[in-house]
This record gives sequence, structure tokens and C-alpha cells, in this order.
Amino acid sequence: MDTIINGLGAGFAVAFDPFNLMLVLVGCFAGTLIGALPGLGPINGVAILLPIAYGLGLPAESAIILLAGIYYGAEYGGRISSILLNVPGDAGAVFTTLDGNPMAKKGEAGRALSLSALASFFGGTFAVILMSLFGPLLASYAVTFSPSDYVALMVFAFASLASLVGSNAVKTLLAALLGLMLASIGIDANTGVARYTFGIPDILAGIDFLVVVIGLFGMAELIHLVEQQVSGKMKALKIDKSFVSWADMVNVKWAIVRSSFIGFFIGILPGTGASVASAVAYGTEKRISDNNGTFGKGDPRGLAAPEAANNAAAGGAMVPMLTLGIPGSGTTAILLGAFLLFNITPGPAMFTQHPEVAWGLIASMYIGNVALLIINLPLVGIFARMLTIPQKYLTPLIAVLAFIGVYSVVSNPHDLYMIIGLGVMGWLLRKLDFPLAPVILGFVLGGLFEDNLRRALSISAGDWSILVNSPDSIVLYGLAIIVALVPVFLRKKRAKV
Amino acid sequence: MNFKKFSTILAVSLTLAAPAFAGPIDRPECIAPAKPGGGFDLTCRVAQSGLKAQMEKPIQVTFMPGGVGAVAINLFNTTRTDDDNAIVAFSSGSLLNMATGKYGEWKESDVRFLASVGADFGAIVVPEDSRFKSLDDLMAAAEKDLKSIVVGAGGSIGSQDWMKAALLLGSRQLSPRDMRYVAFDGGGESIAALLGGSIEVYMGDVGELVSHVGEGKLRILAVMSPERIGAPFADIPTAIELGYDAEWTILRGFYMGKNVSDEAYNAWVEAFEAAYETEEFATIQKEKGLLPLNMAGAELNASILERVAKMRDIARGAGLID
Repeated sequence: MDTIINGLGAGFAVAFDPFNLMLVLVGCFAGTLIGALPGLGPINGVAILLPIAYGLGLPAESAIILLAGIYYGAEYGGRISSILLNVPGDAGAVFTTLDGNPMAKKGEAGRALSLSALASFFGGTFAVILMSLFGPLLASYAVTFSPSDYVALMVFAFASLASLVGSNAVKTLLAALLGLMLASIGIDANTGVARYTFGIPDILAGIDFLVVVIGLFGMAELIHLVEQQVSGKMKALKIDKSFVSWADMVNVKWAIVRSSFIGFFIGILPGTGASVASAVAYGTEKRISDNNGTFGKGDPRGLAAPEAANNAAAGGAMVPMLTLGIPGSGTTAILLGAFLLFNITPGPAMFTQHPEVAWGLIASMYIGNVALLIINLPLVGIFARMLTIPQKYLTPLIAVLAFIGVYSVVSNPHDLYMIIGLGVMGWLLRKLDFPLAPVILGFVLGGLFEDNLRRALSISAGDWSILVNSPDSIVLYGLAIIVALVPVFLRKKRAKV
Repeated sequence: MNFKKFSTILAVSLTLAAPAFAGPIDRPECIAPAKPGGGFDLTCRVAQSGLKAQMEKPIQVTFMPGGVGAVAINLFNTTRTDDDNAIVAFSSGSLLNMATGKYGEWKESDVRFLASVGADFGAIVVPEDSRFKSLDDLMAAAEKDLKSIVVGAGGSIGSQDWMKAALLLGSRQLSPRDMRYVAFDGGGESIAALLGGSIEVYMGDVGELVSHVGEGKLRILAVMSPERIGAPFADIPTAIELGYDAEWTILRGFYMGKNVSDEAYNAWVEAFEAAYETEEFATIQKEKGLLPLNMAGAELNASILERVAKMRDIARGAGLID
């Protein structure tokens, strides 16, 4: 405990250095903007700015602080385009659209933005606190999470997401199946055999997650907007001055606590990240709290849950990277590269060899979270005004930004055609009343489920009992059953009353 | 010596001394067949900064992702087969794809291998508290009951990582088909699985292990290089010196289109050979985490053909290809 307090003290001394403080603010602000752009998310923000940070000749701790600021700034910013435009900037922000955008359409954009900023703040801060208290302990637990445990986690995720089954179960299942099909395209991670690539070399490596998100959600939404405009169904939105209220915060407090915990836990696992975290948090919250069917129609709890979770996951992903040198996500893999560039090796030794970097970074994350809240709340009004830009200007602008964003990441023209194709597909699915969220879920969870199931069976040489031979997996299966049954019980109980 | 003779000698010697100024390469371009930030990007960056003195104009780096290099090799076999200005980055992974037919009809004979910029090597890694204290322990256990050992790595069956394990087993006439092999998504996940006890042996690369040496959590049983490598790996034996004929060199370098002019090809080769001699090139190589392995032109080509043939043999032996 003493080492933690001393370390944090030294860390805050580094982070409060005026120059570093400025870098935290610059990083958070730039990150928010990058995250807000459709197509650009934390991973590309950090990747694009890494060479710049290195080129500036900053001391190691300052450069890392700047990059980390961009990382969680982008996690914050991702919610903006999701809420306002129904266009998620990256995978972790898909679930923010489900209740965030309906709130904006009801004229509560300001309320949604400020509420989600607070949820993000709590999720992020929760993660940093847990990280500074139990970091090394949690990391050594996270690596023992075996492929069979991941399988159990995916079962839990599917169970919690059973709640997404809307009015039409068949359509939901078909949509999920479509996601599974998309996930199976490309070289099979296990055997190296090309699946469903039809001889097209561009899809040998599979379809990039970003391409699916931007295509199915972003482009489909834009096509939908154009259609509405042409058919004259477009309603002009008034400038709304709504803001989060104290009652809102009381309403969402348990959603935030639960989701922060879920997000952090999923974040520290090396194989899963913000996208799985926000999905599971949303599903669980809907399972537990959606008693009146308000989720998906602008329920503040449905907005707070994924936002708290994806920011907590971003913090959680730092844990194995800092304490063991194992990156838990794409973004932390790039941050790990940044450390190595400065000849610093993340791992237990870093806390003794470079305490100014290790603790300085952790302290800057506390400051960064506060800074993001301070930056974001006053900007809510300005962002909300974006909705008053006439759609005929806004729609093409977003389309152009999305294309540039995606191209800057994939730099392959083929993927741009892919986005258009998926966009048309998404639009058709919407016309036919198919829910889109299950497609994304099938895509993310299906791939992870398959990979880990096959890994587990390779480890056990084909013995299926490996799936239930650890306490972790048994607990997760238990939770899956509880999550699946809770709403049934609640309904019965209410029926009796 | 008359003036004519003098000027001829001057012209010839100038051509030899500074071939890059001579003409065929006027817009040098390095194609990294991947997204920015990966190994191919790094390969191009070594050429870009390492050949500064040898090139009249700086080398531009272009990214051409898609199909782990398949998009680029397609282009250089269809439209840009005679582009004198462009060099394309490749790695041993690309060679393996050629050997196992992952690039469709394109094989090692469809490109002209130009030069290498360095290498990385395979490494056999176990946790510090593993039951295997040496490579001999591991191989004795493997010969007794191969199915009792769980091996993992960051690539699929048939990938470079898998090849390392297959080669090691092959040195004792064990079949890779009997191996319990677990494919993870990259080195990070594999090392996590190794530390967490899901797998017992990890087939890694020397370069990625720099950050784990001396941390007291992992033990490198052997490196798969032809000779011992420098600090911090100097104390680690090679598999070959322990009596296992298993070498895995991850080569990084460039190829050009099949129909480029000999003039341009030779100019590039000479530029690389000149750069190899300089201190700057060695420094850049080291900075980018590569170990020296400098070969250009015919020497490289011969070495690669031999490697690809060997890869094809292993893949065939394991039933991956016919």
C-alpha cells in the first residue's frame, strides 16, 4: 500500500508538471475530436500520432502521457457521432447508438451527451482506481484466463444479449447469423485455410471490423437519411438545450457501477476489448433493468451502460500492458510499441526502473478523466448544434469524413467499395425490419467464440470436458443462466403483485 | 592516355561508383504490402533511411495492404511487372505463402528477389517454472509422448510459427501432424497463454522477446539462428549447437517485378551493396530491431530458392499441400 501511495505521489508530481499537464489536455482534446470523427477511433488516433510524438523529441513520460490522453480522449469522443448522427466511430461505440441516438431524435441531444460524458468519466475513473490498487494482481489473474474460459465468457455474452431479441426473434437470429457469416470470411486463424474468399486477395485477411461498423451502421444511416430527405419525411431538429439532471444520475447509478465493473473485467483480459465490453454491459443492463421495454427507445440507462463500460475497458486494457508487457487490445499494442521506441520495457521492472513513466502515466489518467469531463461538458451545447446543420450539407460531409477516416486506416481502395456494399446491405436490412446490432454481435463474438473453442479443443486434444474444468468457466456459465432467467423471474414476480 | 580514353574510363568508373545517379531509377518507391506500422512498413523504412546516400532522390513509401501481400504480388505480376522504380517488401511469411500456394498462381519464380535488410530468428520459449529446463528435456518428452505437450504460437497451422515447431520436430523424425498446436492471434496473446499455463511451449521470435529477457518469467530454451546472436541473447544456445537441425530465419527484404530491366535491377543491387558497407545502415538495422543479414542479387536469389524449396518439403510432409 505504501508503495502505491508513494508511487502515485511521485506520479502526480510528474503529471502536474505544467508541460505534462498541457500535454494531457492537448491529448484529451485531440483525442475527443479524433474519436468524434466517424471512422477514426482510438487505435488509429494513437497510431497516426505516435510518429509525431516521437518526432517532437519529447521525454518518454511526456510522449506516453500525450498518447494515452489521445487514447482515452478518443474513447470519450466516440460517443458523439454515435449519439448525434447514429454513426458509430468505431466498434466500441456501436451500442452507444442504440439508446443515444433515439434520445437525440427526441430532442435530448444535450442530455444524452452530458449524461454519457459523466458515465464515461465514472467508467474511466473506476478503471484507473482499480488499476492503481490491484494492477499487478489483476494482470496475473488475467493471463490465467484460458481459451476454455473465453468460451464460457462468450456464452455469458450471448446469454446477456439474448435480450436484444426484439419483436421478431427469427429476424434477430438471422441477423446474428449474418454476422457469423461475415466473421468466417478470410484465412481461418486455426488451420490457415482460406474460407469464402472466392479468390479475391483483398479479403484473404478477413473483413476489417471498422469496415463492417462504418458500412453497416454509418453508410446505411446516411443512405437512410438521403432517402428521407428525398421523400420529404425529414424533420428539422430544434436546437436543444437539455442537460443531464441530478435525477438522471440517480436513475443510472447502478447501471454505471455494474457496467464499469463488467467493462474493466473484460478490458483486462488480453483477448477482448471495448467492443465486447460495451456489448455485454448493454445486454446485461437491458436484462436487469428493462422492465417496461424502454431500452432501444432512448433509455438513459441504455446509454450510460455501454459508455461506462467502454471507458472502463480502455483503462482495463492498460493493466496487462503496463504490468506484464502484454497488450490486451490493438491500441495498447501500439502503446507498447511506443514504450519500446523509448527503450522502456513495460512489465514489473518498469515500476522500479522508470517509476516516473509508470506512475506518471497512471496519475495522468486520473487527471485526463477529470480534464475530459471539464472539456466535454461545456462543449455539449456546441456539439448538439451540429444537428441544426441542414442535412443536405451534413450527410455528404459525414460520408466524406467516413471515407477518409477508413482509408487512413486500411489504405486499400477495395475496402471503400466494401463499405458501400455493406451500407446498401445495412439499409436493405433496415427496410426489412432486421435489427443491425445482432449482426455486429455475431461478427465480434462469433469470431472470438470460434477461435477460442478451437483453441480449447486443441489444448485438450479434442476432449470437450475442458470447457467446464475451471472455476472461472463454471462461474461464468452460472452467471449466463442467471442473466438468462432473471427477466423471467422478475416478470413472474411482478405478475403476482 | 588520350582524352578519349580518359573520358571513357571516367565515365565507366562513375557509372560503377554511383550507379544510382546513372538513370533507370528516377522515382524510387518502396511498396509495403500492408497497413502502416507493421513489419513491411519497417522493412521499407530501413531502405528509406539506409539508402539515403545511395539514392539520388529519397525513396517514397507506399502502402498496399490486402491478403497478407497477395494484392501487391498480383499487381506486380499483372500491370507493374517492369516498374524499374518500385521495390516491394517481403518477409519469410511471403515466401511461405509462395511455397504453399497462398498467392494463387504466383510463385517465387514470378518475381526478382533484390536485397535483404536484416533478419529475425525463431525462439523456443517456456515459462520460467516449466518442467522443461532445457531443449533436451523438451525433445526427450516429445519423443516419449508428443501428444503430452501443448505447443502454441501466434500463427495458424502452416504459418511461419507453426513451421518452426514442425522443423524442430522434424529434426527427430517426429511428425507435426501429431503435435497439439494452438493458434493464437499474435505474440501477445501467445505469451499471455504461456504465462497463464494454457500452453507449455511457445514458438516465438527473438525480436519480440527483447522486452521479456531478464524479467524472470520466461525461459528461452534455444534460438533458431545459424549462430549465436548478440546481447541480450548471447548466453542462449542455438538449436543447431544442441544437436537439433532446426533453423528458422525470418528474412526481411525486397523483390521487384519479373520484367524489370537488368540495368535497373543491377543499379538497385549495387545501391544496396554499397549501403551494407556503411556504419549508418548497421545502426538503422539495429534501431529497427533487426539482426544483420545482408544479401543482394544472385546470392539472395539462390538462398531464397533453397529456402522456399525446403518450406515446400515441410508443408508437403505435413499434408498441407499436395
